[in-house]
Amino acid sequence: MNNSVTNTARLLGAGLRALLVLTLVTGVIYPLAVTGIAQALFNGKANGSEITADGKVVGSSLIGQQGYSLAYFQPRPADGLGENSVNTQYKLILSGATNRSADNAELVTRVKEAKAKVVAENSTADYRLKPSDVPADAVTSSGSGLDPDISPQYAEIQVHRVAEKNGLSVTQVEKLVDDHTQGRTLGFMGEPRVNVLELNIALKDLVAKH
Amino acid sequence: MGPVPAGVLQLLALIAALALAHVPLGTYMAKVYSSDKHWRVEKWIYKGIGVDPNTEMRWPAYLRGVLAFSAAGVLFLYLLQRLQGVLPGSLGFRAIDPDQAFNTAASFVTNTNWQSYYGEQAMGHVVQTAGLAVQNFVSAAVGIAVAVALVRGFALPHSRLRSSGGTPIRTGELGNFWADLVRGTVRILVPLAAVAAVVLVAGGAIQNFSGIHEVGQFMGGSQQWNGGAVASQEAIKELGTNGGGYFNANSAHPFENPTPFTNLFEIFLLLVIPVALTRTFGVMVGSIRQGYAILATMATIWVGFVALMMWTEFAHHGPALQLAGGAMEGKEVRFGVGSSSIFAVSTTLTSTGAVDSFHSSFTGLGGGITMLGMMLGEIAPGGTGSGLYGMLIMAVIAVFIAGLMVGRTPEYLGKKIGTREIKLAACYILITPALVLVFTAVAMALPTPAHSMTNSGAHGFSEILYAYTSASNNNGSAFAGLNADTQWFNSTLGLAMVLGRFLPMVFVLALAGSLAGQKPVPVTAGTLRTEKPLFTGLLVGAILIITGLTYFPALALGPLAEGLAS
Repeated sequence: MNNSVTNTARLLGAGLRALLVLTLVTGVIYPLAVTGIAQALFNGKANGSEITADGKVVGSSLIGQQGYSLAYFQPRPADGLGENSVNTQYKLILSGATNRSADNAELVTRVKEAKAKVVAENSTADYRLKPSDVPADAVTSSGSGLDPDISPQYAEIQVHRVAEKNGLSVTQVEKLVDDHTQGRTLGFMGEPRVNVLELNIALKDLVAKH
Repeated sequence: MGPVPAGVLQLLALIAALALAHVPLGTYMAKVYSSDKHWRVEKWIYKGIGVDPNTEMRWPAYLRGVLAFSAAGVLFLYLLQRLQGVLPGSLGFRAIDPDQAFNTAASFVTNTNWQSYYGEQAMGHVVQTAGLAVQNFVSAAVGIAVAVALVRGFALPHSRLRSSGGTPIRTGELGNFWADLVRGTVRILVPLAAVAAVVLVAGGAIQNFSGIHEVGQFMGGSQQWNGGAVASQEAIKELGTNGGGYFNANSAHPFENPTPFTNLFEIFLLLVIPVALTRTFGVMVGSIRQGYAILATMATIWVGFVALMMWTEFAHHGPALQLAGGAMEGKEVRFGVGSSSIFAVSTTLTSTGAVDSFHSSFTGLGGGITMLGMMLGEIAPGGTGSGLYGMLIMAVIAVFIAGLMVGRTPEYLGKKIGTREIKLAACYILITPALVLVFTAVAMALPTPAHSMTNSGAHGFSEILYAYTSASNNNGSAFAGLNADTQWFNSTLGLAMVLGRFLPMVFVLALAGSLAGQKPVPVTAGTLRTEKPLFTGLLVGAILIITGLTYFPALALGPLAEGLAS
């Protein structure tokens, strides 16, 4: 009995020592080395791909923002986003999805409402948006709630509204969207997309110059 | 090009990359685990631990090493979280509550990496890098070590002819756990993860130790961001088929997975070691073709599941998705439906559980495919190490079934599958279904667990079935509508993870010991040729029938009911 207790204790000691030594390798040396390389080679990216307009940081090109006025391109809905409930000395965004299922009644209502809103907001005096032309990303929340992109179709159906609100021609705004549309990487990876923050910064510049 | 051909091309690109990478990596890993030489840094580590890496262990000793190391891991990670409030470098975050700290410690040590916590608001730099990320490495290394021990059981005396006068010694020895653990970490996981982390940063993943800082927003006002060593953890999170870490949105978060390329790269990372281990297996048992037969089995199931997933997700059945005109709820624009489908299948057919899109909002059948992937035991290609040993257990079962059909004593790789071996294999395949079904049934029968559901009806049941399937199989993904941060779920899921990880390992190592002590039987005309396509077919069939049927009633109540109704 006594013997087996000592054996167990010795074994646990070895386990703990192994853990501590490997923590030094994988939990201290490894992340510090990677951080050093990352900070030296990819400084902007390693620190969050911050993006500036008029000399001020206005966010990250990777993190989608909410609350754009209707003069600007609108992002995807983000019903799954939350605010922090612990460590409330900070005001943190909690990334997340709605996790509502395809047959969830609330999701059905939400998609219906979002679609009606998109159609109403984007129809102008000389442009009638058909509900069937609203792409899926315009009426659904993303996985992170921070999706920085919209589909080129969603940007396209917003062109008339944006042109009208800013006193620009439709062709001007269409060109702006085209310039900011990224195709699939190498022609086949992912989906074509438009970065909303970058597009809106360019739009603001265009309006200022106009 | 439409999204469907683009999805297929991404699948093909992934297959090509894996086909290229698995040969050198698999051969290298075989060398790592067969070499007699120790690196200098490894010698320092062994000195630090205070063990002799050359001592041969029989299976009980090997198992004791696994359990002692893992117990130390749970204890250390639990204490680290409980002490977070007083640890420096923790952003002033407070300590984690006891039930959640237990759940998270169990989760990361068992390679599950279920996130009961919200990473961005709960875990500071020290717990993330010195706690969670460390277990991302070492739990993967433990998995590979156990798989290698089983392979040695089959391989002996092929690979180690430590002989006197050419006669192999069969002593039932399986190698040294500490050496396998350290080599897997130092020679395989750390170098690969370092390269992968830099690639991820180049794509836009963040890597810093900044505090939480405030930046302006376009329309005025500001937002607060977490800094963190994200890329370095993301790399090992995928490579070690772990799946948990920084942000609540996991690999859907743009700081973890910024571009379409990083998305495919992360899928590649989470598949590459389990796939390459089939090569390691082939090399170590002295027949590359045996490795190919196992790989073919895994690939058949994986490709089949991806095809099914793409079909159901592109068809987007279900009222909300039909109304929206596409299955984009819970998916990111930069990935789209095709790439998200490949990720979802790959993460649930391995023990990863990282997600780039949220499975709960997939079509009913799509959600069912992710669950079935885990229920097959995560063997196609499975977790780092656990995929290979799970698949070899199924191979033993398949050989046994074939033996019953022709009335011959079954054998696999020259080892007889006798009563003891088949008992151990049968125990292995019974554990996880028992855990999943019993826990799910109890949770459904009790009044309070159901309060955690976001959705009602069949999908609500699926949320709970998914949670226990994920925990018991050490996956870690979720139908995340379920609020699992309750005492009930934190405790029972934590228990399911521990039992679902270590009980199977007991049987695997016992089997390895039993095989290692056996004298090989010569191949005759009557031997079942386990390197042939016929055997691959038999194995795929056995896997689908045995595990599929176990779960069919539960699946019928959840995802099938939902999928067929829409």
